[in-house]
Amino acid sequence: MDFSSLNPVALAVSLIVAATPILLAAVGELVVEKSGVLNLGVEGMMIIGAIAGFAVSVDSASPWLGLLAAMLAGAGLALIFGFLTQVLLSNQVATGLALTLFGLGLAALLGQSYTGMKPPSSPRLDIPVLSDLPVLGELLFRHDFMVYGSIALVFGVWYFLNRSRAGLVLRAVGENHDAAHSLGYNVVLIRMGAIAFGGACAGLGGAYLSLIRVPQWSEGMTAGAGWIALAIVVFASWKPWRLILGAYLFGGVTILQLNLQALGIGISAAYLSMTPYLITIIVLVIMSADRRRASMNAPASLGKIFHASH
Amino acid sequence: MWASRMLRLEPRAQPSSVMRWLTPLLAVGITMIMGGLLFAAMGKNPFEAIKIIFLDPFFHETFGPYSRSQLLIKAGPLILIAIGLSIGFRANVWNIGAEGQFVMGAVTGGAVGLALYPADGVWVLPLMTIAGALGGMLWGLIPAILKIKFNANEILVSLMLVYVSYNFLAAMVTGPLKSPDGYGFPESRSFTGVESTHLPMIYEPLGMHAGVLVALVAVIAAYVMMERHLLGFQIKLTGQSPRAARFAGVNPSVIIAVCLGISGALAGMAGLFEVTGPAGKLTTNFPVGYGFTAIIVAFLGRLHPIGIVLAGLLMALTYIGGELAQLSLGIPAAAISVFQGMMLFFLLAVDVFVNYRLVWKVVK
Amino acid sequence: MSDALLEINGLSKGYPGVQANDNVSFSIQPGEIHALLGENGAGKSTLVKMIYGLVRPDSGDMALHGVDYMPHKPSEARNLGVGMVFQHFSLFEAMNVAENITLGMENAPPRTDLAQKIREVSAAYGLPLDPDRLIGDLSVGERQRVEIVRCLLQNPKLLIMDEPTSVLTPQEVETLFKTLRKLSAEGVAILYISHKLDEIKALCDHATVLRHGKVVATCVPREETARSMAEMMIGGELAVPKLRAFNPGKTLLELDNLTLSSYDPFGTNLAKISIKLRAGEVLGIGGVAGNGQDELLLALSGERISDSGMIRLNGVDISGFGPTTRRAVGLLAAPEERLGHAAAPDMSLTENAFLSAHVRKKLQKSGFIAREKRDDFTQQIVTEFDVRTPGISNVAKSLSGGNLQKFVIGREVLQAPTVLVVNQPTWGVDAAAAAAIRQALRDLAASGAAVLVISQDLDELMEMSDTFAVLAEGRLSTPRPAAELNVEEIGLMMGGDLHVGVAHA
Repeated sequence: MDFSSLNPVALAVSLIVAATPILLAAVGELVVEKSGVLNLGVEGMMIIGAIAGFAVSVDSASPWLGLLAAMLAGAGLALIFGFLTQVLLSNQVATGLALTLFGLGLAALLGQSYTGMKPPSSPRLDIPVLSDLPVLGELLFRHDFMVYGSIALVFGVWYFLNRSRAGLVLRAVGENHDAAHSLGYNVVLIRMGAIAFGGACAGLGGAYLSLIRVPQWSEGMTAGAGWIALAIVVFASWKPWRLILGAYLFGGVTILQLNLQALGIGISAAYLSMTPYLITIIVLVIMSADRRRASMNAPASLGKIFHASH
Repeated sequence: MWASRMLRLEPRAQPSSVMRWLTPLLAVGITMIMGGLLFAAMGKNPFEAIKIIFLDPFFHETFGPYSRSQLLIKAGPLILIAIGLSIGFRANVWNIGAEGQFVMGAVTGGAVGLALYPADGVWVLPLMTIAGALGGMLWGLIPAILKIKFNANEILVSLMLVYVSYNFLAAMVTGPLKSPDGYGFPESRSFTGVESTHLPMIYEPLGMHAGVLVALVAVIAAYVMMERHLLGFQIKLTGQSPRAARFAGVNPSVIIAVCLGISGALAGMAGLFEVTGPAGKLTTNFPVGYGFTAIIVAFLGRLHPIGIVLAGLLMALTYIGGELAQLSLGIPAAAISVFQGMMLFFLLAVDVFVNYRLVWKVVK
Repeated sequence: MSDALLEINGLSKGYPGVQANDNVSFSIQPGEIHALLGENGAGKSTLVKMIYGLVRPDSGDMALHGVDYMPHKPSEARNLGVGMVFQHFSLFEAMNVAENITLGMENAPPRTDLAQKIREVSAAYGLPLDPDRLIGDLSVGERQRVEIVRCLLQNPKLLIMDEPTSVLTPQEVETLFKTLRKLSAEGVAILYISHKLDEIKALCDHATVLRHGKVVATCVPREETARSMAEMMIGGELAVPKLRAFNPGKTLLELDNLTLSSYDPFGTNLAKISIKLRAGEVLGIGGVAGNGQDELLLALSGERISDSGMIRLNGVDISGFGPTTRRAVGLLAAPEERLGHAAAPDMSLTENAFLSAHVRKKLQKSGFIAREKRDDFTQQIVTEFDVRTPGISNVAKSLSGGNLQKFVIGREVLQAPTVLVVNQPTWGVDAAAAAAIRQALRDLAASGAAVLVISQDLDELMEMSDTFAVLAEGRLSTPRPAAELNVEEIGLMMGGDLHVGVAHA
């Protein structure tokens, strides 16, 4: 076996690329869950984003329009979920599942004629001077702009939730929707906003997959990334900064196993392909095991149906 | 809420039993209309498409006989899996990894058959069925144990295990279970080639194989358990009111294990029936997503055994009709999964009328 | 009266099946403490929700300072100087005091300034608060302070208080009254909702009495007796509780230093609770909500298991038994929360009867439900406890609070328990149903069972109990004969003094 071909810097760079779509989707879902809503449709919204972004980019030759379309498509799908769960008071678990099943089907339908095409390339953001630094330059300053964007988004969400009044209100709605309602806050409207934001983020994550990471469209290409994003929100104990840790950990495992497969170390590729999912399960188990802490961190109204009685 | 400006939902004192049975029909009706619009948008004749999907499988002169023989072959596994899922869903135990349990049942049951190859005897298939049920059950018990012991979310764990099972299947058919006579293809020996491992067909014209009979037995057993037995009562109580269930002395851990165990076993059996019957052997692409479609079947059937039978037949019809529509109109297969997804959406949307009524409120 | 602060004119509000408010009119002067008096369900809450902008009236109008006033939402009401302290606090447990206060303010100052202001205002009105503490860690009395301080920071002209004392100890009530009088002296009007007559006599300048949504009387409380106001409120003569003899039998239930930590991160741990409950005895356990009442019920019902030796029934150690086994040996319980704990809201009465009675009443045979026996037993509960329902197949949530409570109590009493534990037997129940429930529990004790009643209603406990104790921060005071106690002693007990009147303390 020859491990010398594994370049740690190159590994780290591809790790970040592998983690970014999940990070984007997870940060959106975190906001949704903080408002007290559990949207299990992340996978569906991601794949809709992947195809919408891909199709619009190809047709318009503009990656920017593609990304915008992905966000709109994700948010649009999310609003169906929002309408069903917030206005028609449907069960959030069932509706989220429906969203995923529907999204996967719709994306496959829309993507029929796009299989095998190449998208226009997205602008990179090499930071001058700094990107020429040895090791650090490649590691930190030579990524595509979406990598920086995802980190900035995490910071923005942290700031919003913990420093702004609107964020405080959103957390209050997720903590106790009846109390928030009696203080005069519009629970449904606030949650709709959070749901749309979550959808836009998931759509963006999907588009990152099809436009930058792969970059190609294929049916079912999200391969569970949306579900992993959901798991990473739990891993992060609903704290924005920890999402980065969770997503990069997952990205690391994915990249490592892919490289090991390429090396041909004698373990069947199929077993190596399992590892990201197994690691996700293990991480989920570790983070949930302390019931007391888990119940302190999770928004208290998460997944509960709100109906104003007056 | 903008809807509340004029229309308002008011809770009913008593859930409407009329609505409970009317809403699935309503959902199917709306789906037909919206599906028709979808087909029209794709440049197809919507009336033609709907007719092909829902009527041709029964009445078409040339395709009818073959289509009819596929009906129960497709409905059987959907019903068997959905019955198990519905029990868990009643208890708010969300097993959405039935697809993985389906695969693992096929792999373990299939492995037993391959280990015994080429044994003769009527006991081989029952033994494989038991092994398949056990394989599915154990795979379903993993999320159960992780939930009971570590409070891990069963939705995420059971779903992750689907991906693990796909890879496990791939490892098996390229490794230990690979057919020695298969010219290196990633597939097992054929089960249908040997009498003892071939799932018997009972009534060919409707595609009723032995697995369909098992599904019907499961439907009846589930009905008796949910309506007449203490365990069914405890499952329903846990789902509706967890604290009342604890007060009643129900151990939530037992309910979680029972629900995931039963649904895993039934999905595992469905997987075994699939590879010993319609699919014929283990390959990487024998799972076609029954485990996920069964979720729609369970909800569309109102989590009720009889409803699930009807919903399973309807869903099988959309698969078969969808194939016909693909042949004659060129409607892509993906359109059918959109159609199925829509059905669940519309059901969830109109479901609100079971517990709420819509009233006009004039706001000054 | 053009100098009135708030004038209410002919407000009406109807809900399906009930006219919550019917042509209600009265007015409040600046600095006045005005009582809104009425039984549960008289329409007090609906009325104040209309004043606070949470509910829109069907007809009628209001004027604040002589200007038309009809808030669309609470923030409008708050902007115009109307504040409200809810009976069930609108607080967020996982957030701190300052965050909670910010959420209830329209133009909240920056974080640091706000913390300073909270300290100042809370100290000025005798309601000390630390802005950085989590709500979940506060006592119920402290939580109410948060609500009050939140209102005060917005300089209200009118403060609405919905049943503020139902959760307070007598000492805390005194502190609250001081605060309210100080506010009144500064010109703030207070609309004080209660059904506690002594408090209204002590505090309020005027009272408006509501019954079935209508104003049935107005009075000056100082000039009335508690009895005359009660008659206005209830519309009939009050029944005087019967005196009775108390001859306890042998010990049935024995708790020996019961200690149990709460699952709920914001719950109360039980510490060294010892009780000897005898045949024929009704033990009343008072105390402010959140001091371990729920935990005690769970520990006795078997929903929580405790260490061996801590709980004995008839001398048998049942500490490790779950709910089903405890029922089999004769220890039954009726939790406080009717919908969702004692009964499943969406299940029929028959299913809810089966829920807790299938063991003792043998409503199943090797797991299969004996449906006829189950329906017969349900019918028996409905008949004997006068549960008003169209039929036994109706769902639990379709019953009114009082009827469902009668059903729950009836279900347990008719199983002939050795010991019955009840938490809040008459909370939110109308007077007639409450009287029937209390009588049923007394009768059960008279038949030789023992009854443990946990309640926050001191009047109820005094009426029902042979012996009395108080839960304070998870600890139980030494039980004492109820007849010997006075209000001061009870107040000290509720404040946490566990050995009031016990010589060796």
